[in-house]
Amino acid sequence: MTDLTHLTAAELASRIHAREVSAVEVTKAHLDRIALVNPDLNLFLHVDAAGAVAAARAVDEALDAGRAPASPLAGVPLALKDVFTTVDMPTTCGSRILHGWRPPYDATLTRRLREAGVVILGKTNMDEFAMGSSTENSAYGPSRNPWDLSRIPGGSGGGSSASLAAFCAPLAIGTDTGGSIRQPAAMTATVGVKPTYGGVSRYGLVAFSSSLDQGGPCARTVLDAALLHEVIAGHDPLDSTSIDAPVPSMVEAAAEAARETANLSGLRIGVVTEFSGEGYQAGVLASFANAVRLLQGLGAEVVEVSCPHFLYGLPAYYLIAPSECSSNLARFDAMRYGLRVGDDGVASAEEVMSVTREAGFGAEVKRRIMIGTYALSSGYYDAYYGQAQKVRTLISRDFTAAFERVDVLVSPTTPTTAFKIGERIDDPMAMYLADLCTIPASLAGTPAMSVPSGLSENEGLPVGLQIMAPALAEDRMYRVAAAFERVRDEADGGALSCRVPDLEVAVQ
Amino acid sequence: MSGISRDEVAHLARLARLAVTDAELETFAGQLDVILRSVARVGEVAAQDIPPTSHAVPLTNVYRDDVPRGGLDQRAALAAAPAAEQGRFRVPRILGEPQ
Repeated sequence: MTDLTHLTAAELASRIHAREVSAVEVTKAHLDRIALVNPDLNLFLHVDAAGAVAAARAVDEALDAGRAPASPLAGVPLALKDVFTTVDMPTTCGSRILHGWRPPYDATLTRRLREAGVVILGKTNMDEFAMGSSTENSAYGPSRNPWDLSRIPGGSGGGSSASLAAFCAPLAIGTDTGGSIRQPAAMTATVGVKPTYGGVSRYGLVAFSSSLDQGGPCARTVLDAALLHEVIAGHDPLDSTSIDAPVPSMVEAAAEAARETANLSGLRIGVVTEFSGEGYQAGVLASFANAVRLLQGLGAEVVEVSCPHFLYGLPAYYLIAPSECSSNLARFDAMRYGLRVGDDGVASAEEVMSVTREAGFGAEVKRRIMIGTYALSSGYYDAYYGQAQKVRTLISRDFTAAFERVDVLVSPTTPTTAFKIGERIDDPMAMYLADLCTIPASLAGTPAMSVPSGLSENEGLPVGLQIMAPALAEDRMYRVAAAFERVRDEADGGALSCRVPDLEVAVQ
Repeated sequence: MSGISRDEVAHLARLARLAVTDAELETFAGQLDVILRSVARVGEVAAQDIPPTSHAVPLTNVYRDDVPRGGLDQRAALAAAPAAEQGRFRVPRILGEPQ
């Protein structure tokens, strides 16, 4: 019998809907897989086996009763990043301050998944409040990369990306503030998509940096990501920044471009000049150059495009995001929910608040809160926060100018492959560099995604190709990604995700 | 752009309600100094006449229909409270000793 955990979401859905396999069997296969590998990989902070089986059984019963599937993904299991609220599971955001917190409401994204019949297996590990690029900032220990257990799976959504690479789930949800969906995807040879800002509801997504935070789909294939994207996308009146516009036809674009006869002739692709050179590993640049050749082979016209302000994205981001975080995380005041320590009947509310936040937050969260507090203080506001917001305008203008010349932009997703656990933990600036290439699309609010481009020559570690498109042009991005995925897999003799080392051997 | 001193970091921690330890202060002061010197590069960009962007996709006047909908009931609102008493959040004292 085929190993159900190695099928794509589209294949699983088709078999479940044809009643060749039950949703309960599919869910149990993935729960078994999680039980086997999670002790070593630390991907899930919470697994809801009973809830998942019950949700799968409900899908089976509906199908057995002759009803149409609730969505194209009904019955397919999913790993949910622990930053979306769930009434039936804890929501910790990887933080001690929310240890065991049971939210009183479901996020809109959670609700949409449930209504679509998607089976939520559990909540995945992440850097605390999504601040980080490695999952090492989780209060519950780092996740490990299935490609090399001594290395990070990317972050902040490393639990989600690694759960795909380790075949614990065919689908996952991530959130991307500066690259937390795309960078982990690149590190684990999976697909990760940051939608246009406002394209997927933020209601019930615990806020880190509200003007940047964006939930999105993660999967092992481009088509699966598109299927999930369409399930979670669309206007939500509960999120005032949600876009009230039709959702692009992403599944159609991906399916069309995956056909053997499809090509990219007439499409103009821009290579970002600034994302190359010093600081980029040779293996990353070689894989990227090969990806560009494959895109040319598909008939696309490739030109170089300079986006001079993109390099100022990193410093602008590390002012804007901490500033918003220092404001958002003020809600953790030890009064209404979450941790409270030092309440001895004598200490004041302010003292209790200070010792609770000291005990409940990790080092990176404290650093960012203090940087944000500094950048927003009156004497420094103009030089730091104000100037960062102007840089944000200049980056958006770079995108606008680029998209007058080309249809999409491409770059490596990250300057390096996955680094060793512990390697950058004491050097925040080195850690921040992991987000260098992903930040511009975050600041501009434009969609971008990472697809596997290959393995680095020396280390044999995954490399990601980033594809960036104009706002609400996700369909264009998926078209390029799906066509690229097809020719890459053909040239390489199969999908990259199938070449991950055998974990049963590795974990012994 | 000048760096940041240990005393300034201690002041920031107080403003942010973080009861950091002396050891943390030592580490954070060095790290924040490096980070702030690096992000100060945003000042290299000539942006005198450039308008700031706060949100990538500007939205104005977001209204919803004026219809009532349920909120959390008292039990749900208090369910995750660190301490509750008589159907209310119980908080530590909020006033100092009389001066």
